[in-house]
Amino acid sequence: MQLSRELMLRAYRQMKVIREFEERLHAEIQTGEIAGFTHLYSGQEAVAVGVCEHLTHDDYIISTHRGHGHCIAKGCDVKGMMQEIYGRAGGLCKGKGGSMHIADVDKGMLGANGIVGAGAPIAVGAGISAKLDGKGGVSIAFSGDGACNQGTTFEAMNMAVVLKAPVIFLFENNHYSEHTGVDYAVGTAGDIASRAEAFGMKVWRGNGCDFFETFELMREVIEYCRAGNGPAAVELDTERFFGHFEGDPQRYRGKGELDRIREERDCLTNFRAKVTGAKLLEAADLDALDAEVLTLIDEAVAEARAAPRPSADNVLTDVYVNY
Amino acid sequence: MATMQLREAINLTLHQEMERDPNVICLGEDLVGGMGTAGGPEAIGGIWKTTAGLYAKFGADRVIDTPISESAIIGAAAGAALAGKRPVAELMFADFIGVCLDQIWNQMAKFRYMFGGKTTCPAVIRVAYGAGRNAGPQHSQAAYAMMTAIPGLKVVIPSTPAEAKGLLASAIRDDDPVLFFEPKALYATRGEVPEEEYLIPFGHARSVREGEHATIVTCGQLVGTAEKAADTLAKEGIGCDLLDLRTTSPLDEEAILDSVETTGRLIVVDENPPRCGLAADIAGLVANKAFAALRAPIQLVTPPHTPVPFAPELEQAYMPSTAKIEAAVRAALNYR
Ligand SMILES: Cc1ncc(C[n+]2csc(CCOP(=O)(O)OP(=O)(O)O)c2C)c(N)n1
Ligand SMILES: [Mg+2]
Repeated sequence: MQLSRELMLRAYRQMKVIREFEERLHAEIQTGEIAGFTHLYSGQEAVAVGVCEHLTHDDYIISTHRGHGHCIAKGCDVKGMMQEIYGRAGGLCKGKGGSMHIADVDKGMLGANGIVGAGAPIAVGAGISAKLDGKGGVSIAFSGDGACNQGTTFEAMNMAVVLKAPVIFLFENNHYSEHTGVDYAVGTAGDIASRAEAFGMKVWRGNGCDFFETFELMREVIEYCRAGNGPAAVELDTERFFGHFEGDPQRYRGKGELDRIREERDCLTNFRAKVTGAKLLEAADLDALDAEVLTLIDEAVAEARAAPRPSADNVLTDVYVNY
Repeated sequence: MATMQLREAINLTLHQEMERDPNVICLGEDLVGGMGTAGGPEAIGGIWKTTAGLYAKFGADRVIDTPISESAIIGAAAGAALAGKRPVAELMFADFIGVCLDQIWNQMAKFRYMFGGKTTCPAVIRVAYGAGRNAGPQHSQAAYAMMTAIPGLKVVIPSTPAEAKGLLASAIRDDDPVLFFEPKALYATRGEVPEEEYLIPFGHARSVREGEHATIVTCGQLVGTAEKAADTLAKEGIGCDLLDLRTTSPLDEEAILDSVETTGRLIVVDENPPRCGLAADIAGLVANKAFAALRAPIQLVTPPHTPVPFAPELEQAYMPSTAKIEAAVRAALNYR
């Protein structure tokens, strides 16, 4: 299906926001100003955006430790996210969660998550709720190729099938769980989709570095789930451009691997080549978005750095609704 | 003696114990680091570098790099222990106990009792614990109090590199399941460590500082914090008797009670939230068994009843600190 100019511009912009957010964090983390563990999503942008461009606030997603991209794609406020990562009082979660726990439940973003494999069962619950609400909402669990090995993920897949819940198990196969290769850790020779299929659901596979392919595939998957067919699983092949976490020496990578994946599998470069090659968009359109996004991220960082830090008494708030 | 980091002391102990006993096996996520990658096995050598070099020396059958499957890892440790091995399983963060609690709580802790004393389950679960690295609510918890509450488990919390070495060797040779809590904020701290094999027995607290005015009881990474507080107070003529518990199960009741008999004042410093925690446990012990010796209310220095927050200012406010310990000692001394 030919995408509208507006949609293409928006998708490019979203992917670019994620990319610049992450590349900038990569640089800012070197300054030592950002505390904690940060896992960057650079390289996987086409997945988050290719999925979330189909969703509304009535649809749910749950994310992982590598959550910034999913948050941005689902509409979380970029400046509030930056403040959260800087541990500021004005952060999206008041500095209490940090990079691994950014959430905006009102937007259907049920949180990044520090526990690998925790997301899939939670997504089933959100799927049950969406089914009860009867508005055609779906629930999407983003999981990595590592998370697919947790029993929680298996249980969630079976339960979603049994309950015919509108849940999409979205596996981002970036070939690594921390420092371990997918072929070693996933017993089906690295094939995640076939495992999901064995649970009794329909599965799709695609190139997660290609926005157009991911977007079209997700249109089908989401229509299928919205129509009440029960759960589905999707395995998207993608790349992470940085280390597992910031500070990872990445000695497990092959020689030239990082250069090669940035050269051949960059979803933004590929998007640009495709749309300008086919004369769907002008390079100048994209350049203008690039500049706008850079300004946004510059502002987000400057504002986060200047923002007030939480005061000590905030430790005690938000534990309960009332107590 | 050699000077080494806490992580190196653990690594050396694992090497020595695997060398000594062919039944010792290690398992966990990214224990080898690099399996199934171009860089190959040992490309990284474990996320905390505590297991580096084991694979090269002892091979894939005994140094088992697992998928991300905590329930299966800890369950497999329980099973291997029942079947005659001495598994040393690693959980990358203590918080992940939540993922595999059944295997710890309902399985390995209870086998011996349920089976009428006919079996042993000599498994060690090594976990990296504690706040101080701004790792947020799901990667910073202390969790040893919860484990201490479980009958059938032994719980060990080393405070220095030398302590880690002697206690881990004892844990591996112990015939009961042991939870071994490594203070992750201290992995890079250095200390003098005897390179030869030695064992530190369980249930014997370490006297870190001697003093007559107040007893401070703590363990793990807070021993260093309490030491600083004790040293500051010593300059003012306030003598603190500082005990490092080493193991919270078994608990060295005698050392605690003996000290309180002398000082009459007790300050318990614990990294767990206060409800049903270690501090309350020890306070209960002393209130029960040394009531007459007490000259002031027992002071509890713990985090508040909240999760561990991410932002540095919040995490600092959450954690017991030297200032809070000093204040607690003064409060005890200024009482009446
Ligand atoms: C229960 C649990 N086990 C282990 C970890 C440590 N850990 C964090 S991310 C990660 C690897 C996850 O790999 P994958 O699911 O492929 O996601 P990716 O990092 O590639 O995005 C591991 C082992 C964790 N956070 N939670
Ligand atoms: Mg992965």
